[in-house]
Amino acid sequence: MKKLILTTAVLALTAGMGLAETIRMGTEGAYPPYNFVNDKGEVDGFERELGDELCKRAELTCEWVTNDWDSIIPNLVSGNYDTIIAGMSITDERKEKIDFTQNYTQPDPSAYAALSTDVDLANGVVAAQANTIQASFVAAQGWKLVEFATADEAMAAVLNGEADAVLADKASLKDMVGSNDKLMFLDREELIGGGVGMGIRKSDSALRDKFDAAIQSMKDDGSLNALIAKWEIGEAF
Amino acid sequence: MFPYCTDPSTLEGLTWLSCYLTTTKHMMLFYSLGTVLLLLAITAPVALSFGFAGAMAAKSHIAPLSWVGKLYIAIVRGVPDIAFFLFFVIALDQGFEWLRHQIKCPDWDQPIRQGNDFVVCAAAKLPLNDAPQWVHEVYGFSLAVLTFSIVFGAFAANVLYGAMRAVPHAQMETAYAYGMTRRQAFWRVLVPQMWVYALPGLSNLWMVLIKATPLLFLLGVEDIVYWARELGASKTPRYTDYPHPDWRLWYFLGLLVFYLSFTRVSEIVLERIMRRLSHGQATAAGEAMRRAEA
Repeated sequence: MKKLILTTAVLALTAGMGLAETIRMGTEGAYPPYNFVNDKGEVDGFERELGDELCKRAELTCEWVTNDWDSIIPNLVSGNYDTIIAGMSITDERKEKIDFTQNYTQPDPSAYAALSTDVDLANGVVAAQANTIQASFVAAQGWKLVEFATADEAMAAVLNGEADAVLADKASLKDMVGSNDKLMFLDREELIGGGVGMGIRKSDSALRDKFDAAIQSMKDDGSLNALIAKWEIGEAF
Repeated sequence: MFPYCTDPSTLEGLTWLSCYLTTTKHMMLFYSLGTVLLLLAITAPVALSFGFAGAMAAKSHIAPLSWVGKLYIAIVRGVPDIAFFLFFVIALDQGFEWLRHQIKCPDWDQPIRQGNDFVVCAAAKLPLNDAPQWVHEVYGFSLAVLTFSIVFGAFAANVLYGAMRAVPHAQMETAYAYGMTRRQAFWRVLVPQMWVYALPGLSNLWMVLIKATPLLFLLGVEDIVYWARELGASKTPRYTDYPHPDWRLWYFLGLLVFYLSFTRVSEIVLERIMRRLSHGQATAAGEAMRRAEA
């Protein structure tokens, strides 16, 4: 009964005010600078600012939700949230399961970080976050791959000596390498992935079109480039 | 938190630590300790009642009811916990939403399963998309409690079923001889006496339940394991006022101490309960107590 009253109240409210549709934005919260949880325990980072702006332009009310990277796609398709905005590169393999908006970052080269510059990748052990384009890339090379649930654990594996190098998006490695004297970039970089986009259920094409249009408008007026420069996410458009 | 915390980069030693440990993010860690305790406080009685119902069903003289009870025990005990948890939470959630969909949107013409997607009408979503975040969290937590209760209920059912059979049969026969009905004998003779046989198994189950609470993390509830991992991960100055290297070791050590002290306290309490229940019972422990007093 209480629930009924509540639902009626909510319905009356939404009908009366013409309130915007609520969209739940799923992110990982462990991949700076794309997304991370700040000292206040809130989702922060490039994608937080981008997402809030996109929602404003698409006239949607957005709610942020964090979810483990491993189960981020299954929980989208089962309807726990409505978008994935988590530094997810657009790949053909993922496109079989979900749809993507247009990319909101340029394809960012993936870089290796290691304790010395003369690492033999082919005969060493390379760490990467599980279910990422970097992990598939290392596996496809036939190198020894160790996978971790978060990007941070993959980087920690190099410092612990568990792996010889870690392969990750350059933007996410940069800060870590810069603040740690022992870590350095290898000269070799890999151009993989087709840029980062928002993941949306295949059955939800209306929502995808809304975000697509919002991303396009941010590309057109240069505000997306400003955000990319602020958070140092690779090249501008 | 404290007034001197406004510029953490100037602080050192204990003052730095006192500010660091009281950031809003750390408060969420402490708050999640409460989540774990709440889970235990709700799950234990619910699982016990599931177990009691399961054991009663298994012991029933009505064959189909007995099969249901035995099947429940056998299935849940035979499937790995993690598989069960991962399956059940999704299945329960989709099951509830499907039911609501049938009731609230009878004239919906699109399929519910579209490829990979599970699509129900907006009014059938549980919780509703525009419900505040805490409603979503409470819902996720309740699903977790229900799943824990189903899993641990089956183990409890098995323990209670065994305990019911351990009560000397002569006791029941005496009850019947005094003219008690089956129901009366069950509630007045069997149930009061079975606890002493059930307690070792149940206390074991309680310990396993405490140790299984980090499974919450798998279910998407932000529990202490989630926060320990998140807070322990190395932080660079750009993204936090309190940069530090990889401290997960210390956070997990903290978890270790928490769980160890919690199970130790449980052990002591359970020991006391066992002493109380053994008093005056026709068991080895009860007999030993009688001799000691005599």
